[in-house]
Amino acid sequence: MTPFTSVTGIAAPMPLPNIDTDVIMPKKFLKRIDREGLAQGVFHDLRFDENGNERSGFVLNRAGYRNARFIVAGRNFGCGSSREHAVWGLLQQGIRAVIAPSFAGIFFGNCEKNGLLAVELPEDKLTVLLETISDGDRAELTIDLDAQKIRPAQGAALEFDIDAGLRRNLLLGLDHIEETLQYADDIRAYEVKNGLVSEPSRGSADA
Amino acid sequence: MTRTLYDKLCDSHTVRKIDDNRLLLYVDLHIMNEYTSPQAFAGLHAAGRPVWRPEAHLAVVDHVNPTRAIASLDEMTDNDARLQIENLGRNCARHGIELFDLFDRRQGIEHVVVPENGFAHPGKVIACGDSHTTTYGAFGALGFGIGTSEIEHVLATQTLVYTKLRNMRVTFTGEMPPGLTAKDLVMAFIAKVGVSGAVGHAVEFAGAPVNLLSVEGRMTMCNMAVEGGARVALIAPDATVFRYLQGRPRAPKGRDWDTAKQEWASWQSDPDANFDIDIDIDVAAIAPQVSWGTSPHQTCGIDGEVPAPEHANDPMERAAQERALEYMGLEPGQPLGAIEISHAFIGSCTNSRMEDLRAAAEVLKGRKVSAGVSAIIVPGSLAVRRQAEAEGLDRVFIEAGYEWRNSGCSMCLAMNDDILDAGARCASSTNRNFEGRQGTGARTHLMSPAMVAAASVAGHLVDYREFLPGAQT
Repeated sequence: MTPFTSVTGIAAPMPLPNIDTDVIMPKKFLKRIDREGLAQGVFHDLRFDENGNERSGFVLNRAGYRNARFIVAGRNFGCGSSREHAVWGLLQQGIRAVIAPSFAGIFFGNCEKNGLLAVELPEDKLTVLLETISDGDRAELTIDLDAQKIRPAQGAALEFDIDAGLRRNLLLGLDHIEETLQYADDIRAYEVKNGLVSEPSRGSADA
Repeated sequence: MTRTLYDKLCDSHTVRKIDDNRLLLYVDLHIMNEYTSPQAFAGLHAAGRPVWRPEAHLAVVDHVNPTRAIASLDEMTDNDARLQIENLGRNCARHGIELFDLFDRRQGIEHVVVPENGFAHPGKVIACGDSHTTTYGAFGALGFGIGTSEIEHVLATQTLVYTKLRNMRVTFTGEMPPGLTAKDLVMAFIAKVGVSGAVGHAVEFAGAPVNLLSVEGRMTMCNMAVEGGARVALIAPDATVFRYLQGRPRAPKGRDWDTAKQEWASWQSDPDANFDIDIDIDVAAIAPQVSWGTSPHQTCGIDGEVPAPEHANDPMERAAQERALEYMGLEPGQPLGAIEISHAFIGSCTNSRMEDLRAAAEVLKGRKVSAGVSAIIVPGSLAVRRQAEAEGLDRVFIEAGYEWRNSGCSMCLAMNDDILDAGARCASSTNRNFEGRQGTGARTHLMSPAMVAAASVAGHLVDYREFLPGAQT
């Protein structure tokens, strides 16, 4: 997983609440058994019309925002389906962080596991940020996770809160499974204590 | 210290604390499907890790399969979908994981076949790569949806790194109006709190109207609670749950049954347990619910009308409503009962069980689908399909003009070939009315199965209670 320390790039405003994962990654891009080729799917039906032509009004098709690395959106971003394809696709599209007042639970967890930073920014600060980036020429930001600050190219920096464990995982880009397997003995002890296994689990013979 | 049912489920499954906010949670049962699990297995294989405890997993084919009968996978025209089904079979065989394959008599939608076969018990932790895993709360089990990375984590460790949610209790009060269903209760809840109203919370549904529901009705409620932002929904288990479980293939038997029943009864919130949020909803004031927008909270009673966005309480919600009305092709002030439909769909993990099919059949018996409406019924499992046929319901549906299909997720998310064209307007017993959910440009109105049945006959949204025996016409 790519660590997230400090990233600079364009932020695209999407000031709507409840942007769901069906919209972020439509169903026709979910029929793969690998994680590849998902950039084309990101916001597909908003980006392209039925003939595959770009819709000029959509923010990621507009001058200034085309190479956005951040999305700034309304509350409950990523609601709906659990599809992690939404997060894989955003990363493949070049998006490194989403800033919103709140996120749906499964999406938030998927972000962490893939190194996509989900910044929970209170509504009042979000309103300021949306105003700052409303002009594509002024939409560059630096998100500094170590300092927990969003620094617009112009204007005052905005501080944000983040869970300490989540911050550490993102800064270090840790392998979550490797981290948990440090506790393998605790897991085996739990299974034995609760009568779940007759002999300690060690996984299937054929890995 | 007093604890809620949710607190007790978390405490009893905590392997250890990790830090101030995180714990390692043991997963008793993990369910997989063919579309969110492939990359998890691939990750496991790339890292050379074994499956920690293969017998604690179950896999089901449900999301991408066609619902028209086929004799073998060779008949599938969608090669990508076929590859996902074959891939799941290979992964399960390699690791010794139980699989309900497409041609298994037990096949069906994961959240229908798991309860049906008695896998879901009070006090269990059940995870699945599907957001509607909240369904198992109907049994007093901690069920929640996870992403593909977490699927890989459960496969490799049988645990998840878990951050506890806050507690919310929703108490339904009053007397259920005749004909009101579990779907209406949960849709009214979502309309009241909004789609992010329960984000960060585990919701416990309580109150006499909930306790009077069947287990199937409780599953509908817990299933759809995720559309209110709840990652977890629970209903305290009682005798209704125990009766449902008795005799099911994977329920405890004999002396184990008596022990289990006694233990299950203890899964309750303490009487004076503290909930961070406590809300009451009076059911007497609720009419059958239908959605008008592109988010599940954009819902009101069938006696209502399409709202005006300028009455929304904040600018973003107003913008969202304006966008929803444009997508849905509706105008403020339009009575919901005047909205004409082109399609009807009865199915999904929310509403495809026997109770749902019986309710739809009661409306459809002796009636015909309106000219110009295409209608299909996709039973939640092949077992539901067989039972419905044993009761003669298939004849009712077919004679009314419905297509009677095999089982799967089908047009709820339209990953298979059951997909609508742009501009189609569907009365649907499903859980999500998002833009493009049932097909790019297609419009979805959520409601209970009986409401779908009535709309398909009338050709427009309508209060299904007008179609019940004894109703004034």
